[in-house]
Amino acid sequence: MNVTNTLRAQPDDRGHFGQFGGRFVAETLMPLVLDLEREYRAAQADPAFQAQFDDLLEHYVGRPSPLYYAERLTDALRESAPEGMGAEIWFKRDELNHTGAHKINNCIGQILLAMRMGKTRIIAETGAGQHGVATATVCARFGLPCVIYMGATDVARQQPNVFRMKLLGAEVVPVTSGAATLKDAMNEGLRDWVANVHDTFYIIGTAAGPHPYPELVRDFQSVIGKEARAQMLARTGKLPDLLVAAIGGGSNAIGLFHPFLDDADVAMLGVEAAGEGLDKRHAASLAGGEPGILHGNRTYLLQDGDGQITEAHSISAGLDYPGIGPEHAWLRDIGRVEYTSVTDTEALDAFQLLCRTEGIIPALEPSHAIAAVAKAARDMPRNKVILANLCGRGDKDIFTVADALGFEL
Amino acid sequence: MTRLTAAFAGTRAEGRAALVTFVTAGDPTPAATNAVLDALVEGGADVIELGMPFTDPMADGPAIQAANLRSLGAGTRTADVLAIVRAFRAKHPDVPLVLMGYANTMTRPDPARFAAMADEAGADGIICVDIPPEEADTLAPFAAHGLDVIRLATPTTDARRLPAVLNGASGFVYYVSVAGITGLQQAAQASIDTAVAQLKAATDLPIVVGFGVRTPEQAAAIGRVADGVVVGSAIVDLVGQHGAAAPEPVRTYILSLSAALAAAKEVA
Repeated sequence: MNVTNTLRAQPDDRGHFGQFGGRFVAETLMPLVLDLEREYRAAQADPAFQAQFDDLLEHYVGRPSPLYYAERLTDALRESAPEGMGAEIWFKRDELNHTGAHKINNCIGQILLAMRMGKTRIIAETGAGQHGVATATVCARFGLPCVIYMGATDVARQQPNVFRMKLLGAEVVPVTSGAATLKDAMNEGLRDWVANVHDTFYIIGTAAGPHPYPELVRDFQSVIGKEARAQMLARTGKLPDLLVAAIGGGSNAIGLFHPFLDDADVAMLGVEAAGEGLDKRHAASLAGGEPGILHGNRTYLLQDGDGQITEAHSISAGLDYPGIGPEHAWLRDIGRVEYTSVTDTEALDAFQLLCRTEGIIPALEPSHAIAAVAKAARDMPRNKVILANLCGRGDKDIFTVADALGFEL
Repeated sequence: MTRLTAAFAGTRAEGRAALVTFVTAGDPTPAATNAVLDALVEGGADVIELGMPFTDPMADGPAIQAANLRSLGAGTRTADVLAIVRAFRAKHPDVPLVLMGYANTMTRPDPARFAAMADEAGADGIICVDIPPEEADTLAPFAAHGLDVIRLATPTTDARRLPAVLNGASGFVYYVSVAGITGLQQAAQASIDTAVAQLKAATDLPIVVGFGVRTPEQAAAIGRVADGVVVGSAIVDLVGQHGAAAPEPVRTYILSLSAALAAAKEVA
């Protein structure tokens, strides 16, 4: 075998990223998961598939998304930075995509795969509702029936997205088991799938689940990093010094990071949700979890000593998940990517900071990344460049933020 | 000879199918579970599947999901599950018991230590719902302890894939007769007959059929072709309904199933 010195050739042929990943599913699903892998390999080798994907991203999603130098945010942070410090902050504007987040990139890729496989019904889980909206959108675009599983807690705190999904023709099923959030929605999605394998395709929303999902979601989301890398080189003549992205399951982060993994001088920072604090309720599975098996893969999980999954908490519904994509677990263990965490309060502060300095209302998910950017920028010289993924816009979060800030709407 | 091998040899000698019964450990409480297990044995169960409660039972239908919640709500820990096994083993030295559940609770703190604890407690094997043959190396320590690792075959397991499922299987083969979650639909008998015939042609291990079996008539029909019949959700529903008073109705119900299986042998 020709082993090249690259970090971008994972996973292995069993879907393992080091000790993480794999295919931990019920036997009923296993033949379908193997079919999906075969079909994905065929699609990768099919120029027509790539051409259709690229065409939809350009003309339907609105790619490439802009690369934006956040001058006033940079200046604002320099005011409180030590002399000579305060790195330049740039954003990859994936919040400008159709449907308002990066999620649509992956949904376009997966629904094209579903149609290649002859599947006629789509299901998905959603947390904040962004993946649900993106899935409902592509289902409407291609005329396939769509069922979205969403935790009842999330249904209550993300009403605008619930209504969007219904407008798009999707059936939204509130899930009441467990804490009624993303993990429980995923359980219910798997239950539907196992009962309807013959005609149903499960569009998983993050770079997790059984192989080949972590790989194919990463590949579809890598358009973010590929564009950003070329745009940054064209605009500044060099690569960024630090990449920053928020992590729930980790699809926007791996999409940004992956094309840069072999650029040794580019540092990377993934930002988990520390909720009320790492000593209280949080959703930081790398910071506070241990390796285990859930939802088709081995990865870091929030769990007790018996392997019971503990409930995650974050103000951001999209980060409120007790696990993380397996490639992140691996990148953390080999030390290629650094991971940190940001609390609800810090994310709310960063949310408001971006609103006031740049005229951009970010989603609560990238607000975590922005909070980490603000901390990092003050410790980096002015000639350094930070590139953060602004992976979603905040329209969906205004009710949550108003509530947290004590505004009556 | 293992307890499982002996049990299936025994029922085969009697010309009938084995009755395999599932309940969730710790449901309704850890203290009340052994009385339910006693009722299963008294009613004529040949093999016990003891479910390990899990927060995220994604292959289970509403009945067993609720049992998992009742058990965890009662504070059941893995140590309690093992204590239930130990007490069962002391009282029923010859009745095989397999632990059934999900990978994350069966691999804590790690597979080798859990395998050692399960073996010490007196379990005979495991059925791990979310570890397919492709990830079977995770379960190697169980076989090393002499525990049977029971494999599942399903309606989606085609002829090309079946050898991989059977390679490394021991104890018995669990045929999941419905593509779906536990306790909801019942498969058409004709499809079960076909699947069991195909499995029997491919392995000498006993073939046990489950998912959606509730009535003595269903059990008897399956018992005419398979080596064993699994009943789970229907028993779990009785535990949910009667709580600590479940042993009596459970015994009565199990008696109706075991009688139906015994009667079915004459037709066969």
